[in-house]
Amino acid sequence: MKKFGLKAWLYLLPAILFLVVFMVYPLIDVVIYSFEEGFTTTSQTATGVGIGNFSTVLRDPYFIQALKNTFVLVAITVPVSTGLALLISLGLSSIKKLREFFQTVYFLPYVTNTLAVGLVFMMLFNKNESSGSVGMINTFIRFFGGPTIDFINGPYWAKMLVLCLYTVWIVLPFKILILTSALASVKKDYYNAAKVDGTSKFRTFTHITLPMISPMLFYLFITGFIGAFKAYSDAVALFGTKLNEAGMNTIVGYVYDKLYGDSGGYPSYASAAALILFFIILTITVINLIVRNKLTYKGGGGRA
Amino acid sequence: MKVTLDGVTKIFPPHSKKESPVTAVSNFNLEIPDGKLVALLGPSGCGKSTLLNIICGLESPTSGSVLFDQNDVTKLPPEKRGVGMVFQNYALYPHMSARKNILFPLGNLKGKAKLTKEEKNRRMLDAARIVQIENLLERKPGNMSGGQQQRVAIARALVKYPGILLLDEPLSNLDARLRLETREEIRRIQKNTGITTVFVTHDQEEAMSISDIIVLMKKGVFQQSGKPQNVYDNPANLFVAKFLGTPAINVFKGKIENAKVFIGDEPVADVPGCENRDVYVGIRPEGLIPDKNGPLTCSFKSIDVLGRDYMIVASHGAAETSVIRAITDSENKIEDNPETVRFSFKKNKFFVFDAKTEERIYLG
Repeated sequence: MKKFGLKAWLYLLPAILFLVVFMVYPLIDVVIYSFEEGFTTTSQTATGVGIGNFSTVLRDPYFIQALKNTFVLVAITVPVSTGLALLISLGLSSIKKLREFFQTVYFLPYVTNTLAVGLVFMMLFNKNESSGSVGMINTFIRFFGGPTIDFINGPYWAKMLVLCLYTVWIVLPFKILILTSALASVKKDYYNAAKVDGTSKFRTFTHITLPMISPMLFYLFITGFIGAFKAYSDAVALFGTKLNEAGMNTIVGYVYDKLYGDSGGYPSYASAAALILFFIILTITVINLIVRNKLTYKGGGGRA
Repeated sequence: MKVTLDGVTKIFPPHSKKESPVTAVSNFNLEIPDGKLVALLGPSGCGKSTLLNIICGLESPTSGSVLFDQNDVTKLPPEKRGVGMVFQNYALYPHMSARKNILFPLGNLKGKAKLTKEEKNRRMLDAARIVQIENLLERKPGNMSGGQQQRVAIARALVKYPGILLLDEPLSNLDARLRLETREEIRRIQKNTGITTVFVTHDQEEAMSISDIIVLMKKGVFQQSGKPQNVYDNPANLFVAKFLGTPAINVFKGKIENAKVFIGDEPVADVPGCENRDVYVGIRPEGLIPDKNGPLTCSFKSIDVLGRDYMIVASHGAAETSVIRAITDSENKIEDNPETVRFSFKKNKFFVFDAKTEERIYLG
């Protein structure tokens, strides 16, 4: 071990350098920025040190709006997308014909540009009175005699609905991919054993399938939560860059806005908001891990 | 419960157009008497596991029928047949303790058959007691040895009082010592419960040592069945003769000519009334007796002392294998390192098979 010490460090050096320059240093800098009061890109000096940035950010109605949007997005899309992915994966693993075809179809959104998908969603949900172009969804609603809704520039819940649908659509393929392989990894003998014992389909699912794929489900929950908290491009793809005005901003969008956007030039506020997001994600992830350790079966382990 | 297989055939459809369909089991007729321990024996890929799955109901036969006692169960799904199955890798649910694994089948009982919690627990403990794992009930499969997992799997199969217990290669995942122990264990459990038990194995020693009846199959076709000793003493064909017994039977190419059996060019026995033809001659190792005046002359290779007995290793030009083996007790001394050794035979260890059909030719 000791003999290879120097050589080992030499091999690790490039990676460590990159991590320090692009990860560790910025992270420390963010913390420093967030406590420097009155610092702007134009002034380049701080007037003091304290928690003023945090209280300003937390009192900013745009931040509160972004916080609310992010939480709604997380609370809706993570369970819905994971549940839907599980249903689709179960369907996929119980068909034989065309299975690979459908797997490809369901995977397509994953390799499609998110902005392009956003554009398609915009067109689908469009209701532009001035140009007279009406999207497919509104055409449908009109066909069944309902009132048309402007999903892109209209009421808050309509916009949130589109954002949630879009997010679910975007994250679904990856989850389906993970869950279909998790389902495929459950040995057929378990199902045969359950079958010989006359286990109902429902009991087989709840007592055998679910516990067996629970590690993967929790992995998807944890990464899903983190991903949804970091949402930004989804909102931009649908509603453009003026998210504050649209009332559709997210926390990451707020951070970007405070740096370079219309209300930009305040790295301290941006840093403070970013740190708040970090602690939210940290808390949620810790809770997730605690729940996971209580609930899931840990595969393998012990003697075989 | 008595099991009757009547003309059971299983043909698996090809996976692709290039492959041809595979006949795993071919026109299989068998009667398994009530309360016996039966071994389905054959080399790997001979269709014995498929046959077990057909009895269990996990596979349905392409044609033919399966009867439990007088009832035709061919069309019944496994859960309606009242069978207990132990899978080759045990298929214990890894996230459940042994207790929960054993209780699991009882949780499926509905309606009238539904059991109270006390009744379930009583039956679970009974099953655990039979396989002697009462002290392991809280352990999960990952923390048990292969033999312990095997016992839990048997308990899980027994807990619902099945009419038939099916075991797929029950000993193949165990190490040598555990294998000996567990096969006695299976014997004991079967005797105690009196439940008709069918197990699949490719190990003839395993099958011979514990079963009441062995059933030999080859490439999906029934070969012979009966009490282990009877089958060993009276093989119906060359395959059965070769498959049973360690060391394996010595097989020589030969012929019948003028009412004499020849090994190579040496006449070794008189067989009045037999037609002239090419044959295989099979002689069990314990059927070869060193004898200065014996009819079979072999080149001597070595002697292995096996304690009470010893084994003479020799070779013969007409033998199918490079060496032939004779096991004999130490009273039949031979001189040290001879050039050749001559043997005579025990008549009941000497079999002749038709060279073409490989069927036994019964000598007068």
